[in-house]
Amino acid sequence: MIILWTDALIFILNAIMLGLAFYMHGKEYIKRPMQQIYRSKIGMVSLVVLVFFVLIGLMDSVHFKATGNKTNEIISLLDYWATPLREHGEKTYSAPFATTLYSKEMMTLADGTTQWGYPRLEFGGSHLDEPETQRIPDILQKGLYGFAQGAGLVAFFMVLLWAMLARQHKQFMHSSTVKVVWVVVFVIVSLSYALIYLSAYYHVLGTDKVGEDVFYQAVKGIRTGLVIGTLTTLIMLPMAIIFGILAGFFRGWIDDVIQYIYTTLNSIPGVLLIAASILMVQVYMANHEEAFTSVVVRADMRLLFLCLILGVTSWTGLCRLLRAETLKLREMEYVQAAQALGVKQGTILLRHILPNVMHIVLISVVLDFSSLVLAEAVLSYINIGVDPTTYSWGNMINGARLEMAREPIVWWSLSAAFVFMFALVLAANLFADVVQAAFDPRRAGNE
Amino acid sequence: MNNPILAVERLSVAFNHQQKVVDDISFAIYPGESFALVGESGSGKSITALSVLRLLPNNARLNAGAISLQGDNLLNRSEFELCKIRGRRIGLIFQDPMSSLNPVMTIGSQIEEVINIHFDLPKKVIKQRVLELLQQVEIPDPKQRIKDYPHQLSGGQRQRVMIAIALAAKPDLLIADEPTTSLDVTIQAQILALLKNIQQQTGMALWLISHDLALVSTMADRVAVMQQGKIVETGVTADFFSNPKHPYTRKLLNALPLMSSCLTHSTEEKPPLLQVNDFKVYYPIHKGIFKRIVDHVRAVDGVSFDIQQGKTLALVGESGCGKTTLGKSLLNLIPASGGQVKINGIELSSLTGEQLRQQRANIQIVFQDPFSSMNPRMLVGDIIAEGIRALHPSINSAERKARVRQLLQQVDLPENSAQRYPHEFSGGQRQRICIARALAVEPKLIVCDEPTSALDVSVQAQIIQVLKSLQQEKGVSYLFITHDLAVVAEIADDVAVMYQGKIVEQGSVAQVLTQPQHAYTRKLLDAVPVLKTEK
Repeated sequence: MIILWTDALIFILNAIMLGLAFYMHGKEYIKRPMQQIYRSKIGMVSLVVLVFFVLIGLMDSVHFKATGNKTNEIISLLDYWATPLREHGEKTYSAPFATTLYSKEMMTLADGTTQWGYPRLEFGGSHLDEPETQRIPDILQKGLYGFAQGAGLVAFFMVLLWAMLARQHKQFMHSSTVKVVWVVVFVIVSLSYALIYLSAYYHVLGTDKVGEDVFYQAVKGIRTGLVIGTLTTLIMLPMAIIFGILAGFFRGWIDDVIQYIYTTLNSIPGVLLIAASILMVQVYMANHEEAFTSVVVRADMRLLFLCLILGVTSWTGLCRLLRAETLKLREMEYVQAAQALGVKQGTILLRHILPNVMHIVLISVVLDFSSLVLAEAVLSYINIGVDPTTYSWGNMINGARLEMAREPIVWWSLSAAFVFMFALVLAANLFADVVQAAFDPRRAGNE
Repeated sequence: MNNPILAVERLSVAFNHQQKVVDDISFAIYPGESFALVGESGSGKSITALSVLRLLPNNARLNAGAISLQGDNLLNRSEFELCKIRGRRIGLIFQDPMSSLNPVMTIGSQIEEVINIHFDLPKKVIKQRVLELLQQVEIPDPKQRIKDYPHQLSGGQRQRVMIAIALAAKPDLLIADEPTTSLDVTIQAQILALLKNIQQQTGMALWLISHDLALVSTMADRVAVMQQGKIVETGVTADFFSNPKHPYTRKLLNALPLMSSCLTHSTEEKPPLLQVNDFKVYYPIHKGIFKRIVDHVRAVDGVSFDIQQGKTLALVGESGCGKTTLGKSLLNLIPASGGQVKINGIELSSLTGEQLRQQRANIQIVFQDPFSSMNPRMLVGDIIAEGIRALHPSINSAERKARVRQLLQQVDLPENSAQRYPHEFSGGQRQRICIARALAVEPKLIVCDEPTSALDVSVQAQIIQVLKSLQQEKGVSYLFITHDLAVVAEIADDVAVMYQGKIVEQGSVAQVLTQPQHAYTRKLLDAVPVLKTEK
């Protein structure tokens, strides 16, 4: 097993989240907002979707050296399970569920003559003898079969859980939220089962320019999206929160210094900084080749640095907001009361200011999450984003961009990236909304 | 009497199918009279006014037999037709003149706007009418002021402009929803005199909505009392105050602080607890690109006073006189610019850092607004325990909890309050929590910064009762900052009157309130509306 830098950070992040959940589990004042989240259907559904994405991301973060007949490349658990998808490359573009290539070619027939036409795909639908008539019934049949398998699996676990839990938590199991969650789990698992089953025979979302399976690319993009969204936020948050609150609370020369830093940073075009640091990393890696032998390691290093530099350039907006809010809060009477009670300033910051700016932090983190995933796409466009070998939605969009003008249009790369990104960002937004509503005591009373 | 100008029959309003906010009320207002609707906050009086003009929020459900304006049922009118009635036949004045005017329009154009909507007049005539209106509401120098923006006017002047806007279309009925609540007493007296004057000139009917019984007794011809959406008593003013029938009315009247109560305080001398000498708080005025200090705003300008142990000094003054600044800078929440503060002989102004922090237990503060003075994200128990944790870290959590329980008991709150959030409590309850928080560190002096101004009279009476009994029990002293002279009479032993950063008069409460020496004190006392029966 090989642990890449981003893998390590992802696991640490997950451990922190679990630890936090464990720590908050028994707390009396956490219970009420938690219950409100449990009761919210939108919240639970988006949580399920998020967890599904995170699980895929986690699977894609367990790396090891492949012991195949090929070169000893580093692959992840997800790659291992998706080996057929990975290796079933075509020659070039093919549409979703297609059996032939997307463009006409000169092909040599069995009898030696040549013909101008659509050649059959090497893998997609190669089990069919007469694609024209057999294709659609075959897709339906295989899809249904896969769906049934998935459904059977979920049903099995549901019955098992039901038997275990029904007696003790009767009310819980019958609440409408739980039912909705079950439905969503059922749909997600069955659908992905059907997709997995189908993808063994077809390219479900087509293939790209070099013939790689788009479905595989999109799924691999999940990890990249999550890493960029979360790690960047992780780097940005402490800076924004600490600087913003300190500037707003202490005013005076501290405020001046911090304002000076962020106005300076803000007035340098972020792209320049990002380009410079990415180039630096590349030079560094070129000079220390012995430490970066594998393509995967190099790509990972570049991803990590991209997160780092995106974090460093994107904290100023949130910092400004927090400074303004803190300026308002420090004049609030409860802060003055705390001062009068002799509470130390550090404690005032932690107990009175920080919790009351958290709603801003939460909202902007979620909004930033989506804009960061998008920023990655833009940066890939000018070649300073993630490594070209890294699968990311940004790279997919960037690759599809050139084909938009083509007639007929190659739409699947773009659509696949869009749908995956949309699902992730929407789920994160909705969930954050619910969390925020639940943890705001002023709103909790009204609902 | 002749036909009513406005007759409301069986009006009910509810929000989202919840309990009715206004519950089946009927009343009538006759031409030329002043009708007052009195009630505590949340009794539904403002909603009643808004439902007559059909200005309720979308989730409100209105049910009524009839709302007729001069025999014309408004319920049958379309929204379009109602627009012609609002402002034209019924004028409306709101409570807060700060937020009721558009800050980016001159006052002249805001008055013009109303005239333009309702009359088709040439520009010159409108201009003339605006000038007349400004004269009518007694704004000095109307020709110049017509181009002023709201921020260039004082609070009283803004309310005058609001009245001018309401009068612009010569309405038959003027609804005044708490027109003077956010104003100082002296300004309040002027505005009320103005309203009376205009009413006499134009003969319109005035519907006054207020929580202030004393004010109502001087203004209204007839009074209706509202409690929880119902009108519990209606009557002619003189009758009403001398012979209240409903128990709720009696309770309200009894809760009013009486000016005469000051005569009962003991005048026994005690050793001084707090000695303030030549105390100053200046705010620098910066000008120019180098932010040089060119001058100072003298918020507190050399005041000296003593507070005796176990006694209450009331600090009286109008808004902007520096009384809140003085209170906060005694606690070092605002840095002082000069002078000495001694508590129990310890000089506070020379202390810094950790020493100052330790001395903080001696003086505590209770703020005016019970809604912003507690962290909305902390449990009440933690709020009260905060001072104990900060100043007595040796006390363990079990003892602390016991202490919080005891404090809650002392301010008459249920024990389980500790596990709840501040927003679950009413204004009065929150103020008790604030008092408990201040008491937690066993202070010798509590600065009460208008602790009852945001509360209803009956709640105000309870809070004063709590403060008084705590003083007897613990011998704590109060510096009671207020603008309300009637409350001063109830609670204070000594009074200091503050005017433009200076104390202009101080002495025992009986002396100051009955034989005021300074002209400003006399002006203040004259402006206080007094219940007619008290004379």
